[in-house]
Amino acid sequence: MIEGAPVRTQGPAPTTGTIAERSSDGRRASSFAPLDVPEASIPEMHTRSKVAELPRVAETDIVRHYTALSQQNYGVDTGAYPLGSCTMKYNPKVAETVAAFPGFQRTHPLQPDHTVQGTLELLFRLEGALCEITGMERATLQPPAGACGEMTGLLIMRAFHEDRGEQRTKVLIPDAAHGTNPASVRIAGFDSVNVPSDERGLVDVGALREIADEGVAGLMLTNPNTLGLFEERIEEITELLHAVGALVYYDGANLNAIMGKARPGDMGFDIVHINTHKTFATPHGGGGPGAGPVGVAGHLVDYLPAPIVVRDPDGTFRWDRDRPRSIGRLHGYNGNVGVLVRAYAYVFGHGGDGLAEVSELASLNANYLAARIATAFPLAYPATHPMHEFVATAEPLEKETGIRAMDVAKRLIDLGYHPPTVYFPLVVDEAMMVEPTETESKQTLDGMADAFLQAAEEARTDPDLLHRAPTTTPVRRLDEARAARHLKLRWGSDGVPRD
Amino acid sequence: MRFSPHTDDEVREMLAATGRASLDELFEQIPASVRLDRALAVPDGVSEMELTADLRSLAGRNRSADDLICFAGGGAYDHYVPSVVWALAGRSEFYTSYTPYQPELSQGVLQALFEYQSMICELTGLDVSNASLYDGATALVEAVHMSMGRGRPRVLVDAGVDPRAVDALRTAGRGAGYDPETYEGDPHVTDDVAAVVVQHPNVYGVLEPVRDRFDAAHAGGAMAIQVFDPLSLGMLAPPGELGADIAVAEGQSLGNHLNYGGPYLGIIAARMADVRKLPGRIVGETVDVQGRTGYVLTLQAREQHIRRDKATSNICTNQTLMALAAAVYLSWLGPEGLAELGRQCVSKAAYAAEELASLPGVRLEFPDAPCFKEFALRLPLPVPHVIDAMVERGFLAGVSVPRAGDDLLVVAVTERRSRAEIDAFVSAMGEVLAA
Repeated sequence: MIEGAPVRTQGPAPTTGTIAERSSDGRRASSFAPLDVPEASIPEMHTRSKVAELPRVAETDIVRHYTALSQQNYGVDTGAYPLGSCTMKYNPKVAETVAAFPGFQRTHPLQPDHTVQGTLELLFRLEGALCEITGMERATLQPPAGACGEMTGLLIMRAFHEDRGEQRTKVLIPDAAHGTNPASVRIAGFDSVNVPSDERGLVDVGALREIADEGVAGLMLTNPNTLGLFEERIEEITELLHAVGALVYYDGANLNAIMGKARPGDMGFDIVHINTHKTFATPHGGGGPGAGPVGVAGHLVDYLPAPIVVRDPDGTFRWDRDRPRSIGRLHGYNGNVGVLVRAYAYVFGHGGDGLAEVSELASLNANYLAARIATAFPLAYPATHPMHEFVATAEPLEKETGIRAMDVAKRLIDLGYHPPTVYFPLVVDEAMMVEPTETESKQTLDGMADAFLQAAEEARTDPDLLHRAPTTTPVRRLDEARAARHLKLRWGSDGVPRD
Repeated sequence: MRFSPHTDDEVREMLAATGRASLDELFEQIPASVRLDRALAVPDGVSEMELTADLRSLAGRNRSADDLICFAGGGAYDHYVPSVVWALAGRSEFYTSYTPYQPELSQGVLQALFEYQSMICELTGLDVSNASLYDGATALVEAVHMSMGRGRPRVLVDAGVDPRAVDALRTAGRGAGYDPETYEGDPHVTDDVAAVVVQHPNVYGVLEPVRDRFDAAHAGGAMAIQVFDPLSLGMLAPPGELGADIAVAEGQSLGNHLNYGGPYLGIIAARMADVRKLPGRIVGETVDVQGRTGYVLTLQAREQHIRRDKATSNICTNQTLMALAAAVYLSWLGPEGLAELGRQCVSKAAYAAEELASLPGVRLEFPDAPCFKEFALRLPLPVPHVIDAMVERGFLAGVSVPRAGDDLLVVAVTERRSRAEIDAFVSAMGEVLAA
């Protein structure tokens, strides 16, 4: 018996068309108080001549339409979501409740510090906890996402070297790294240099030693790494980078695996970014908002973005804007504070002991699921034990049956589960990157394992079932090539063919 | 709080299945020398009711726009957020989902983003919009990066652009190799200028002669970038009509709460010729194997997960949920609501400006310039003092502009402010300035 909660069209009929197609001339949802001051106008040279064709709909049209759309969407609340590297754990409801308190939700970013003492204290406490969890000295909570956190860290790296009169141009990145790493490196004005992995899926320390020279500004590393494996020679790695004057950057994508067990600061990392939407279960929101706090070791505190929250001797909190060596500001205001409130709820609700248990059970779930499906989908790097996630491969299945990781992924949808990440990391053929997270039960994991094994069996007995999948969803496999070739990016356009 | 469903028996069974004797063995690959040999110095966990009490207490120490009547702006505004917006954007099928990489399971988010993109195009008069960026300041950074790479290293920024956004641009420029230069009046566009940035309405609320600026930009071969206010576009000519090649905005006002600065919504729209330079997610329409209309993330070859260090941007996360809220809000407004909202902003701001300027010692910084919903005042007292004194009287009086002087106050008046509130505000300001 397969447990699960597939997305299927609900309600009387599938929704057809966009909200614009529900429009009727003269219909509207909005209403306003009557204008109670003299009407003013603006000069004609500035006025709009053609009306913006927004939908003309009633509130019930809007509600039915977007409710129907929500029913065509799969979230963590719908069912298990073992998307590797994304950490789709349960998002506690209490975080939504507290973030909606008017004291948080209805404060203006530029109001005086003495009118937002509650928020400033929250940010100060959260920063302290993040520094304790990562082993860093101070942190900025301003970056609105992990990738922005990466840029922040790299600009700090740049400022640090420039202050020493050094022109370092290279940043080293393991070949399995997330794509944001090399993209951030380029945006920060560095060149990225690949570090190869060894046969165990870990950084090839010998190769690293050869490329680590005085032109290297730093190394970016995730630990456990993108394959879900802990870099056991991490101290050797950070020492050899420090020996050539380079800094070491911790990509916090997998921090959720080691909370309370080990700290990047103790491993020798100088800079750490955290994805609150991974580690601290702030909702992914369909792709955002996130938050990407960045912590640094003592020698880099002066470079942190301005402003940061400080506590004065009288116990009041304020933004410290007077930071002459700061790299500056990265966001228009104070970062995604609404997301940080949710992260605070997660961190302080769980507490130090609870966070350590989160990491333990995340690892337990990943190892259990890996063991259950290993016969059909072996680990890509079986010599090293995975932690909170694992990379399995569908290569043996593909060799035997021609069924690919993507086909298995689509079949899992029909069996009631969101698929794992497929074809990432790029260094593994037919990669299936699975991260069940600690909030799934043994029953759910057993159901998921049964679904993986059933799909593998069907690859032999009824491969067409996998080729055709998914069949239970509102739409079936979509023509992505056509979407890119015949661009239709808005309603009312016919699609622009590209040659 | 604990959200893991494991029982002790299940933990034992699962450990046995993985060949481990204890949970600790799951961490055996971490060398002892870097293992944390103590508990984290974070207080022990608490129950949901204790946590809620803690956060209620913290929130209670803030003064919100529910208790201070808000005349503060500077990109973040107290526009009315109708109930329908978060009743829908708050549906957990949306907010607990991830970036829609599996389109068959994500048609809801994908279609909503397609609708958002469509509405942004309608608003701006431009051809294409992406699925959102972090906020207005980071959207400006991305727009400037779109203009670079043509052997033109300089960026000219009009003096009316919000200095907070220019600060973010300066930070990004440290990596990308440019330093934004501020100009006043007409930009001098030489063949080394990549982009001219104009904010309209500007940081002082004033409507700018945008067409002239953009003509100068184009004459010099530079790209024209406009920073706009989305809710002004029921009244004001859209960026596409004014000659902008790229338009960016802070989209907080489209159904998003003030949230002390975030999460907000970065809007970016451009012309079709530049679609491949657009950063971030873009949703396109296509068909499934049975010919049914569906939506996917498209042009992914621009993005970091495919192109890595050749990508147009490092953006991965965007602000999908805020974009969804914007789509709901714009549907709620409709064309007539957008126009009515603009009419109310213009009229109420004009009324407030006139009343405030009649106070002794107060003068309008730009008395003859047309405004949308904000205006700048020179005050006879330092602005931080005035703002504090107005808080005591129940008002958020406005915002200052970095480097514009200690006596300059920018006041924002949205459709939410009633005549009675404006009159009370003027009267309180009179008291403060007379004291």
